[in-house]
Amino acid sequence: MSNSFQVVVCASVVPDPLQTLEPVSGPNGPALKNEMMLPAILDPWAAHALYEGANLVKQVAGSSLWLVSMAPKAKLQQVMMTVAQKVPLQLVAVDGPSSGFADAHQTATTLAAAVRTIPGIDLSKLLLFGGWESASRSAGVTLQLVGEELGIVDQFQGVDAITPQTDGSFEVLERIEGARHQVSVCAGPPAVLGWATGSLGEPRNDPQVGMANMRTLMPALQRAMAGTVSSDGLHYANVTTPKQQRQTRIVKDMPTDEVARELVHWITQE
Amino acid sequence: MSTVEQIAIERATIDVDIACVGFGPAMGGFLTTLSRELLNHDGSPAIESGTMPGMPLQVICYERADDIGFGVSGVVTRARGIRASFPGLDPAQIPMAAPVSSEKLVYLLDPIGASRRSRALRVGDRLFRAFRKFLRVRHDALELPFTPGFLHKKDGLVLSIGQFNQWVGAQLMSSGTVQIWPGMPVSEALIEDGKVRGVRLLDQGVDRGGSPDAGFTPGMDIHAALTVVGDGPAGAVSRDIDRRLGMPEGNEVREWAVGMKFVIELRPDVELQPGTVLHTFGFPEPEMFGFLYVHPGNVASVGIFVPSWFDCPIRTAYRYLQHYIQHPYLWRFLEGGKLRSWGAKSLQESGKRGEPFLAGDGYARIGESSSGTNVLTGSGVDEAWTTGALLGEGVIELLQAGKPFTRENLEQAYEQRRRNSWLEKEARIAEKSRDGFQRGVVTGLIGMALAAFSNGRFSLGSPPAKPGERLVSPADFYRGKLTPQEITAVQQECDVRGTSAHGPLMDRCGWPAIQHDGSLLVSHQDVLLMGGKVQAPAGYADHVVFRDIEVCRRCGNKLCVEMCSGQAITRSVAGVPNFDREKCIFCGACMWNCPETVQGQSNLQLRAGAGGLHSAEN
Repeated sequence: MSNSFQVVVCASVVPDPLQTLEPVSGPNGPALKNEMMLPAILDPWAAHALYEGANLVKQVAGSSLWLVSMAPKAKLQQVMMTVAQKVPLQLVAVDGPSSGFADAHQTATTLAAAVRTIPGIDLSKLLLFGGWESASRSAGVTLQLVGEELGIVDQFQGVDAITPQTDGSFEVLERIEGARHQVSVCAGPPAVLGWATGSLGEPRNDPQVGMANMRTLMPALQRAMAGTVSSDGLHYANVTTPKQQRQTRIVKDMPTDEVARELVHWITQE
Repeated sequence: MSTVEQIAIERATIDVDIACVGFGPAMGGFLTTLSRELLNHDGSPAIESGTMPGMPLQVICYERADDIGFGVSGVVTRARGIRASFPGLDPAQIPMAAPVSSEKLVYLLDPIGASRRSRALRVGDRLFRAFRKFLRVRHDALELPFTPGFLHKKDGLVLSIGQFNQWVGAQLMSSGTVQIWPGMPVSEALIEDGKVRGVRLLDQGVDRGGSPDAGFTPGMDIHAALTVVGDGPAGAVSRDIDRRLGMPEGNEVREWAVGMKFVIELRPDVELQPGTVLHTFGFPEPEMFGFLYVHPGNVASVGIFVPSWFDCPIRTAYRYLQHYIQHPYLWRFLEGGKLRSWGAKSLQESGKRGEPFLAGDGYARIGESSSGTNVLTGSGVDEAWTTGALLGEGVIELLQAGKPFTRENLEQAYEQRRRNSWLEKEARIAEKSRDGFQRGVVTGLIGMALAAFSNGRFSLGSPPAKPGERLVSPADFYRGKLTPQEITAVQQECDVRGTSAHGPLMDRCGWPAIQHDGSLLVSHQDVLLMGGKVQAPAGYADHVVFRDIEVCRRCGNKLCVEMCSGQAITRSVAGVPNFDREKCIFCGACMWNCPETVQGQSNLQLRAGAGGLHSAEN
C-alpha cells in the first residue's frame, strides 16, 4: 500500500515515579539510589506516542508499528509485561542504560542504529514517534537527534494529533503558547513527531493482545543488541529531584473555587 | 442501568494449558519449579502444549497489582524451601536481602500506661520493673536470654517480599517459558459440574456499581486444563472456589491477623547489622506481636500484627503501629528515620483447621490461600514457596506421564507430596498451638510453648471462635475508662466528620497524640501517599460492597471503618460506611472483620478489584 506508514516509537524506560527517587553520585556519575530495584514504567510521554502510533497503524491499512527501547534487559522485560497488554507491537530491544544520565547524542546514535537494523524498514515511509519530553531528565532532545541521525528534516514537537490524508500527506497539530495549536500539513513521511499527550487514553489491558505480543517479545529480548553509551566527557554540576511539599487537610463540601483559591495561595507562598 | 450479571454478554475466550492466579512466593515456587522442565537443552519444547500443538506448554499467570513487586510482607524466613529451589543461593543477588545475623525475642513493657493489660501481666510488669537491674530491663524492655527453637530463623534470610518477587519474576520471564501479566485481576473461577475449567478476568469499563460504562470490555474467559490458585489470604478466586465447591468437613477459616509495616531508612549513626532480627510482644497491646528486621543499606522493616483474637472493637493497626515504633526500646534506633514505604496485609492464621481442598478436578491451591502459613513458627513465605514447588513437581510428573489434571491425579501428585513434607509435619504441631489465646495472652504464650515442646501433643485453650463472635461492644471494652455516652458522642462526631472513631477513643484512654514529624510519623492519609502510593485505575467497579445497608446502619461497631488499613472505609451520617477505592490497599481486613452476616455470608463483600499499593520495597 503506497500510503502506508512505518511507525517507529522510541521510548525509554523510567523508574516508576511513584517510588522514592533519590539522586546519588556513583562511580559512573549521577544515578538514582537503588535504581535497579525500583520498578520501571514506559516513559509516560513516549507511552502516549505509542498509543497514538498504534491507533494510526490501525487506521491506515498496511502500516506497521515497532517499539524501539533501550534499557537494561531485565528492566525492559519487566516493563513489557505491562506494555505488551496495551497495543500490538514489535519490540526492538537495546540492552543499555536507561538512567536518564546518559549522553543524549550517544543515546540517539544508538537508537538510530537500532532503527536502521529493523528488518524491512523503509525510511521513506518512516514516522518516528517519541515523547516530546522525558520523565527521566526532561532534556527532550534525544528524539530530535535520532531524527537528525536518520536524515529526517520534517520534525514536529509537542504534537497532539496527526490526521492522515488520502494523498499520503498528514496534518499535524503542535502545541504552541497560549494553549493553542499550530496546524501543519506534511507532504508525507519521513517525519519526526515528538508527542505531547495526544488525545487517547491509556488502552485497557487486553489479554489477547498480550498473548499475541508475547510470541515475538521474548525472542526480541533474547536477541537484544548491546547499546554502548559511555558517559565520558559528561559532567553534571548538580542533580536534584523536584522539591516536594505535602500538607494534608481533609475538607468536605468545600466549593471548588475556594479549593482553587487556597491551592493558588499555598503554591504562591513559596 | 443493568449490572453485568443482568445482561447477556458475549465474552472472548483464550485457551491455555495452565492458568495461574496471583503472583506471590507460592506462585514463584510453582513457576520456578515448572519452568525448569518445560524446554529441552536445545530450546525445543520438552512438554508440548495441549491447546497449541507444536508449541511449548502455555502457562499464564494473572496478577491483580500493577507490578509483580508490589506485595507486602514483613519477611524473615528460614528459607528452607527457597534454598532448596536455589542451591547455593547468594542473598546479595536479591536486593534488600540479608542472611540473619542475630535474633532476639523481646518483651516490651508499657511505658505509657495506656495498654490494656490483664492482672497477670500487670503483676509481671511490676516484678520486671522491681528487679530491673537483676533482670537487665532496659529501655522498658526485657530481652529474653534465648529465642525458642520453634521461633528462631537461624540460617534464614531477611527479605523484602516485593524485591524477592521481582527477582523471581525476572528469572521466570527471562526463561521465556511462562508469562506473567500484572494489572490483570481475575474475578472468579469458571466452574462446571464441580470442575474448574479456568478463570474469568475482571470486567473493565464499568461504573462503581459494575454497570457497563464507557469503553466496556467484558472480562475474558481463560480456559485451562489446570488452574493454579495462589491469590493469597483474601483472594477472590480462592473464596469463590470455597463458596461454590465447599470446604473439607469440619474445616473453616476462623483466625486472622492484619500485619502492617513501615520500611524505614535509619539514621546514619544507627549501627544495626543487616540481618538483625527482633521479635517483640507485649506492646502496644499485649495481644500484638511485632518485629524489626534490618536490610542492607541501613534500612529496616518494622511492623505489628493485630490478631482476630484481640477483642477490641477498634482493632486499628496504623495508630498502634505509630505507638509501637515509639517504644523506647525501638525508638532509640528509629528516631530520626525516614519513611521509605508502608503496607499492610491480612494473614490467614487458621493453619490445618482452615485448610481447603488442596486440589480438585482442574485446579490446585497453593500458598496462603491453601492455609499454608505456620502460626506457631510465625512463618508463611517459605511455606508458601514450598507449597508451590511441591505442586510444580507434581504437575511435571503428571504432564510427563500424560495424565489429566483430575482430582485423583492431583491428590496423588500434589497433595500426597505435601502430606509427606516438612510442611505437614510442622503444620500438625502448630494446629492447636494458639488455642490458648482464646483465654488470654499469658495462657496463649504458655500454650504455644507447650505445643512446640510436645510436638503438638499437648495444647491449652479451646478452638477459636470467629472474629465476629468474639467481638465485644465498645461500651464493654471501654468499661471503666469511658462511659457509653462518651463513646456514642465520639461516634456521632465521627459520623459527621466522616472519619473513624479509634483516634479520639484512644486519645481519651490515655494514648498520647502522635506528634507528626513529616518524615516518619505522618498522618494516615499521608502514609498512603508517602509510603504506599496507592493507585486505583479507572473503569473498575468498587470491590468492597455492603450487601444490606440496613444491616450496616444497625451495626454499632463499624469495625470495617476502624480497622481499615487505608482509611478507605469511612463513617457517614447516614450510618452506612462509604468506600473510596482510591485508598484501598487490598489488605483484606474488612472482609474478616465484618461481624454481620446476611444469608450465611458476610455483609461486607470483598470482590476482585484492580490497583492497590505501588511500592516495591515492602
